[in-house]
Amino acid sequence: MRVLLADRVPEALGLLAGDGAAIPVAGGTDLLVHWPVRIDAHDRTYVDLSRLEDLKPLRWSDRELVLGGLTTYWDVIQDERIGREFPLLVRAARQVGAIQIQARGTWAGNIVNASPAADGVPVLMAYDAVVVLESGRGREEVPLDHFYTGYKEMRRRADQLVVAIRIPRRPYSYQVFEKVGSRRAQAIAKVGLAVTRSDAGWRVVAASMAPTIRRCPMLERLLEQRVQVAHPGDLVPAITQDVSPIDDVRSTAEYRRRVMARVLYDDLRETCGWP
Amino acid sequence: MQRREGLAKLTGRERYVDDLPLEGALWGMTVRSPAPRGRVSAVRFRPDVNWSEIVVVDYRDVPTANEILLIERDQPVLAAGYVRHVHEAVLLVAHPSREMARRAARAVDVVVAPEPPALDFRAPPRPEQIQFGRDNVLKRLQIAKGDVEQALARAPVVVEGVYETGAQEHVYLETQGMIAWLENDVLVVKGSMQCPYYVLNALQHALGRDERRVRVIQTPTGGGFGGKEEYPSTIALHAALLALKAGRPVKMVYDRPEDMASTTKRHPSLVRHRTALTTDGRLLAQDIEVVLDGGAYVTLSPVVLSRGIIHAAGPYACDNVRIVGRAMFTNAVPFGAFRGFGAPQTLFALERHMDVIARALGLDPVELRRRNLLRDGQSTATGQVIRDGTDRIAVLERALALSGYREKQHSHAAFNAAQRSQRRGIGLATFYHGAGFTGGGEVHLNSRLQVAGLPDGRVEVLSANIEMGQGTLTVFTQIVADRLGLAPEEVVIGEPDTARVPNSGPTVASRTTMVVGRLIERAADDLRHRVGLDDRARGAAVKDAIMRWHREHRGEPLLGEAVYERPPGIAWDEERYQGDAYAAFAWAAYVAEVEVDLRTCTTRVIDFVAVQEVGKVINPTLARGQVQGGVVQGLGWALMEECKVENGAMINNQLTNYIIPTSDDVPPIRVAFVENPYPHGAQGAKGLGELPIDGPAPAILNAVAAATGADPRAIPLTAERLMEIVERTH
Ligand SMILES: Cc1cc2nc3c(=O)[nH]c(=O)nc-3n(C[C@H](O)[C@H](O)[C@H](O)COP(=O)(O)OP(=O)(O)OC[C@H]3O[C@@H](n4cnc5c(N)ncnc54)[C@H](O)[C@@H]3O)c2cc1C
Repeated sequence: MRVLLADRVPEALGLLAGDGAAIPVAGGTDLLVHWPVRIDAHDRTYVDLSRLEDLKPLRWSDRELVLGGLTTYWDVIQDERIGREFPLLVRAARQVGAIQIQARGTWAGNIVNASPAADGVPVLMAYDAVVVLESGRGREEVPLDHFYTGYKEMRRRADQLVVAIRIPRRPYSYQVFEKVGSRRAQAIAKVGLAVTRSDAGWRVVAASMAPTIRRCPMLERLLEQRVQVAHPGDLVPAITQDVSPIDDVRSTAEYRRRVMARVLYDDLRETCGWP
Repeated sequence: MQRREGLAKLTGRERYVDDLPLEGALWGMTVRSPAPRGRVSAVRFRPDVNWSEIVVVDYRDVPTANEILLIERDQPVLAAGYVRHVHEAVLLVAHPSREMARRAARAVDVVVAPEPPALDFRAPPRPEQIQFGRDNVLKRLQIAKGDVEQALARAPVVVEGVYETGAQEHVYLETQGMIAWLENDVLVVKGSMQCPYYVLNALQHALGRDERRVRVIQTPTGGGFGGKEEYPSTIALHAALLALKAGRPVKMVYDRPEDMASTTKRHPSLVRHRTALTTDGRLLAQDIEVVLDGGAYVTLSPVVLSRGIIHAAGPYACDNVRIVGRAMFTNAVPFGAFRGFGAPQTLFALERHMDVIARALGLDPVELRRRNLLRDGQSTATGQVIRDGTDRIAVLERALALSGYREKQHSHAAFNAAQRSQRRGIGLATFYHGAGFTGGGEVHLNSRLQVAGLPDGRVEVLSANIEMGQGTLTVFTQIVADRLGLAPEEVVIGEPDTARVPNSGPTVASRTTMVVGRLIERAADDLRHRVGLDDRARGAAVKDAIMRWHREHRGEPLLGEAVYERPPGIAWDEERYQGDAYAAFAWAAYVAEVEVDLRTCTTRVIDFVAVQEVGKVINPTLARGQVQGGVVQGLGWALMEECKVENGAMINNQLTNYIIPTSDDVPPIRVAFVENPYPHGAQGAKGLGELPIDGPAPAILNAVAAATGADPRAIPLTAERLMEIVERTH
């Protein structure tokens, strides 16, 4: 195992550009899982980001909240203002692993790890977050809902770091985050949902329901058009178009579809005036 | 009293096998079968490893007998050209670097010419799947009492049901680990284990060494739950073979995925009940069939089946009982000992079935049990007359009162009517657990134990029974200290080292406190006699006498000794499977309260009450801990723990996907003991360790049935399964 240390962002970007196969390490809470048995991973080169102080703080401006490239779940939990303005960030953060992981794990790491079952990504996506990427060749911004192109595939080159995550400030009239796991803590989502409503419209984001975390355009349209829904089953046609759950080691496609319909229906019932 | 090794564990100073320094040691790794069944047609060593640096061992290196000595000798130490399950050990490799050893193990290709495996223990095997006897039955057992057929034919009501339980992983925190080296001509093997003498016997048998040339030492053991009953013989043999071939110390410690995939699990089961009753719910006949998945070798399946069928009819009076049991050979990784040892499986079926009966008869589940619970003078399925003076109905009443059972039934009805998607329910189980080895087992073990008087007046317990988190060191200390009137610091518990301690039997079967503890008392008495004191002598008198003895017998050992004696009035007929199956039973009533979310079909246990009669409670803190731990382990088995298997291999062999309860999934567990001292156990104690895992699963499922109106009959009752059942019900 080769670990390269960088003190400043440009230096880290240089290391990434120099060694095409180098891998950035933030909290390491994804990268180091089952480390001893992942022998092939031992032969790679890593760039340790932990000294890049510039990437740590989160910032507020009039128009947006900007998370740093190294902002952790714990940083967000601690920030009372986020609790007020972006409560889903805090709610999701509190459901990531347990306190040890919350203290080390970063939002950027959650995005780049690209698990379809991640908890940080759906709430960021429901708030229209934008991923800020930087490399020696410059900066680039990609809206999170356009970031993923397939299972574990994304619009990020190996030499790019996530240096910030921009979240526009808007008043929300509705927001909910649901994580259905196989136990009450330390669980990976079998079904994850983040739903928001603002002047920009409805956002419905599903996790663990497709190869990537994704927005659900048919459901969003159904909500925009105020379609009357009498029963969770009425949501299933839209769900079937929006997502493609599978049977895997954690759950079944059938269960995921049903639960998504029921939880969505139950959550939205009052707001939407459904029976 | 403070837990003896508590501070060392709390501060991280306790040293487990992986923490022990071992100069010049090699790391051992195992190469395993990729297929569930077939002939090994080739073993290929890929060239990306420098094989001259690697020590390699295969079956030809086993000096005497390629057999792991247990009930049968069917299991090879290393597969000899034929494999019977995925992950069967084929080859061993060792290297000074753990990483290199791992790379070497990965660089071996074991090529298997596949043959048709038997993978479903419930289905009758097809001819090409037969691999054991004529029908793949590893063991058959039967219990008969009265005339079941006649009673079934005449009964006004017959209720039938089929129940299933899944495999369960032990999840001891410390994975299996062993170190081995040669000291002159003595092979020393040290590691995590429950039964040092099982390991010793296995080493002697396969390596052809007499007991002076092998020595087994237990290291502080981070949990066992039965998983370190028989399995450690295998890894001990592997470490020993590598050490003998390399001429250097060898260390083998499994990582979690390897441990989960390749070591034993709780036997999956299928149990059929056919029960005859009067219309007011009195049992007339119980006709029970028990089928266990044994896996690819016999291991302990015959005795797990034995305990399973003996417990299958439960703590109820019934004149006509037939229980037939069989353990099936399959090409699964062998199943083995796990806390409860067959009883949790059959008691799950029985106690769920009692609620199914209650529903069928329109009876209250409490009333059904109250009517049938054994009274003193009545007999169990094996004809064992129970006369211990325990009021089993009082145990039940206590559990009902503590849990607020009746009040909750009412409040749940109101809650369920008012809620859209939340449903609450309460359920119970009444059960028992026999302590110590079954039938004549304790007599065969013939356990021996010594209490030594040391020159400085302290005393030392020499026993092969081990601490694995359950509190042996502390309870043994208490027993000696109380018996001889000494302070706990004046008692030493000797390291379980077969070169020093006699064979006081395995640390299993809820026998340690009751059976071995009693041996300690008798050996302490014997020690007192040897220094010329009578049984009333205590404290300073004992210490002084010991020191005086040593001044008069310089250099000689002072040993009090005891050998197991069968309690009077106990008789067991092994041929007919009748008589006193256990010297003593512990009795219990558990109540679970659950809340089910109908949207996700997630079940949350929100309250739990565990009442038991276990004779005298010697250490309340440890006893409560045993019960709470058993309840948590039972909750996991009931609701979430599932070994997912593909073509004979566990695919969720990591703690991310093998789901055990977290502290947030555990309800308050209220524990109460009813005490009725048992005259032949230490201080009146009966066995307690296993009892608490028998009751939670049926109590929880009965509560789910009450909450939802559904009728679940298999565990684990995951949300996915419950959703299917609820959909079918509505
Ligand atoms: C016990 C445990 C429980 C967990 N529970 C949850 C859970 O409940 N929910 C959940 O969503 N996740 C969970 N995780 C996964 C993990 O903690 C999160 O995904 C976390 O956000 C990862 O962040 P990290 O900083 O540790 O990433 P790392 O492991 O350091 O990196 C992850 C990936 O991101 C890349 N990367 C990291 N930072 C950057 C950057 N700035 N720019 C470019 N690439 C980058 C790395 O190269 C790597 O590919 C859990 C993990 C563990 C071990």
